[in-house]
Amino acid sequence: MSVHSARSGTGRKLVLLVPYLWLTFFFLIPFLIVLKISLSDDVTAQPPYVPVLDFSRGFEGVRGTIAALDFENYRLVLGDSLYLDSYLQSLLIAAVSTFILLLIGYPVAYAMTRAPLGWRPILLMLVILPFWTSFLIRVYAWMGILARDGLLNQALIGLRVIDEPLEILATNGAVILGIVYSYLPFMVLPLYAALEKQDHSLLEAAADLGSPPWKSFWQVTVPLSKPGIVAGCLLCFIPAVGEFVIPDLLGGSDTLMIGKTLWTEFSSNRSWTVSSAIAVLLLMVLMIPILFYQRIQARNLEAR
Amino acid sequence: MDVQAGKQPKMLATARREFAPWKDKAASPLIRFERVSKRYGGVTAVDGVSLDIYPGEFFALLGPSGCGKTTLMRMLAGFEEPSEGRVWLAGRDLAGVPPYRRPVNMMFQSYALFPHMTVFDNVAFGLKQDGAPKGEIASTVAEMLKLVNLTGYERRKPDQLSGGQRQRVALARSLAKRPKVLLLDEPLAALDKKLRGQTQFELMDLQAKVGTTFLIVTHDQEEAMTVADRIAVMDHGRIAQVDTPADLYEKPATRYVAEFVGDVNLIEAKVVSRDANSVLMQSEAMSAPLRAICEGDVSPGQQVALALRPEKIRVTLRKPGEALENCVRGTVSDIAYLGDLSIYHVRLESGLILKAARPNITRFTEQPITWEDKVYLSWAPEAGVVLVK
Ligand SMILES: Nc1ncnc2c1ncn2[C@@H]1O[C@H](COP(=O)(O)OP(=O)(O)OP(=O)(O)O)[C@@H](O)[C@H]1O
Ligand SMILES: [Mg+2]
Repeated sequence: MSVHSARSGTGRKLVLLVPYLWLTFFFLIPFLIVLKISLSDDVTAQPPYVPVLDFSRGFEGVRGTIAALDFENYRLVLGDSLYLDSYLQSLLIAAVSTFILLLIGYPVAYAMTRAPLGWRPILLMLVILPFWTSFLIRVYAWMGILARDGLLNQALIGLRVIDEPLEILATNGAVILGIVYSYLPFMVLPLYAALEKQDHSLLEAAADLGSPPWKSFWQVTVPLSKPGIVAGCLLCFIPAVGEFVIPDLLGGSDTLMIGKTLWTEFSSNRSWTVSSAIAVLLLMVLMIPILFYQRIQARNLEAR
Repeated sequence: MDVQAGKQPKMLATARREFAPWKDKAASPLIRFERVSKRYGGVTAVDGVSLDIYPGEFFALLGPSGCGKTTLMRMLAGFEEPSEGRVWLAGRDLAGVPPYRRPVNMMFQSYALFPHMTVFDNVAFGLKQDGAPKGEIASTVAEMLKLVNLTGYERRKPDQLSGGQRQRVALARSLAKRPKVLLLDEPLAALDKKLRGQTQFELMDLQAKVGTTFLIVTHDQEEAMTVADRIAVMDHGRIAQVDTPADLYEKPATRYVAEFVGDVNLIEAKVVSRDANSVLMQSEAMSAPLRAICEGDVSPGQQVALALRPEKIRVTLRKPGEALENCVRGTVSDIAYLGDLSIYHVRLESGLILKAARPNITRFTEQPITWEDKVYLSWAPEAGVVLVK
């Protein structure tokens, strides 16, 4: 018995090693490189920062490099309201978008689980269908729809709902719309998964005990779909904060999202060091909801 | 049946002897199914059922899988509307009343406990829906948990409980609102045989204590006979017979009921003649004429079946007296030794096999009957039941 469990124990450890190795090579090491660059100084050279790690001088060289690192870039980023505004606006836009996504995604997922069994695979396909077209093309299409003389304004004027074309493109509203449109499947799928496995007899039990359907929804359906809600919100919120393409194409010049700011810093200003510092800070900001999520999970496990 | 199972009904029987509201013309039923049918597309799940259940009864719906027991119960709970007919509860037509407004509670076969709530919140759920004050909820929940022996488990979640404990939480939850009727859909199906037997008696005790009308669904005839005051045997969506366990066993109305409840020998026969209280029959499979007490409406020439319970047939090596009726000869083809009794399979000359039970009174019989012995089977005219249907 113990021999067997010991053997399956090593097997399990080996399997667990795979994701750790993956994360080490494709996340941790690149991140350490970015972290190092963020602590360096800009120069006009190739690569455009100093100090460069110099292994030819051995241990002395590495120590010299580390001694030359400082938090100058972080001081700059944290001291400049442009960057802080970018962070705040990113968080705000991502939060509003996630909230709207939840408002739209929940009824969609709920309706899907109520659909006849035979329809569900088709409905799931329809949710995923937009992925078959390039994301970039779909966002460009929104530019065509939202532009001053775009489809939406033409239609509204044609229907005599408005006289003057609306200024939608190049606003934060357009960015939020773009995010909601693009991320909807990421909200719907985890919600669907959570709602679909719910036992229908629980709702019957609630009704039997005197709870009308709308109350059962809040007392049974929603609490039981909490893991789906959390997963969907995280899946949408985290990438939305760092989103670059959508604010770049649909946002205006006053749309300050951190992904866009980072891109400007990197490509126009050619400051690898400052953009690295922005990236590291962004990661730290995003750690907050993840840690929050983990605490909820830990508490749920404890309650068991 | 184990020892415990053998003892307890007697005890309860004394308390229940007088309880027979279905015989009382003045009593009004609590539940009335009035020619209720339920169809799903082409399938008729329940077919013209009329049934009265009285306050305080422990009533069982018994039948094989798919005969419509659950459907009938769900129409009372309000999860299904009848295609035809009416369901009455305490004199009120339930048509169109949603489940959350019906004063009946159900204990689900799967228990359907809310996994995200503690035992306390599960039991309190129904009370909270009615907006009962907090103190009252707490005291009722405590009372219910005490009733099912789960005091101290309030803070646990359902997945921290054993199967038997979960089942008791489900029971407490469905009783907490003090419903007029408690519906139990195969409540004990998930338990092992021993625990099931024990829980059956707990259920009976509980019912005696709270006085609620219990309607239980089961396909286990022993369970139904143990717990219920009356049993409705169902067959393909219809009620075959409604009676007390004893009457169901001793006076089955149809071949189906006779075969479904307990073990039986069914002998096809033709009526020869009848006098004031008995009929004389002749069967191709039997060498002797058959006589049975019968008050029913049968006439000579009619095809009937004689239902004979194995324990009512005597097995002897010598011919018992000079009896000409109800006595046939055969060969022992099989013996099943069950400890308390032995079942003899006796092949008659016609090839028909009759089952006869013999209690093993002494440890060693003087003349043990064994395989291939020629034996006589005999029974009294009161032993058999003449079945027309
Ligand atoms: N929702 C439904 N749609 C179609 N047919 C149904 C539905 N519910 C039940 N039936 C059919 O009605 C019949 C009676 O079903 P029911 O569940 O009442 O049987 P039951 O007596 O409770 O059986 P069991 O002992 O297996 O639980 C079955 O033939 C079943 O297939
Ligand atoms: Mg059933």
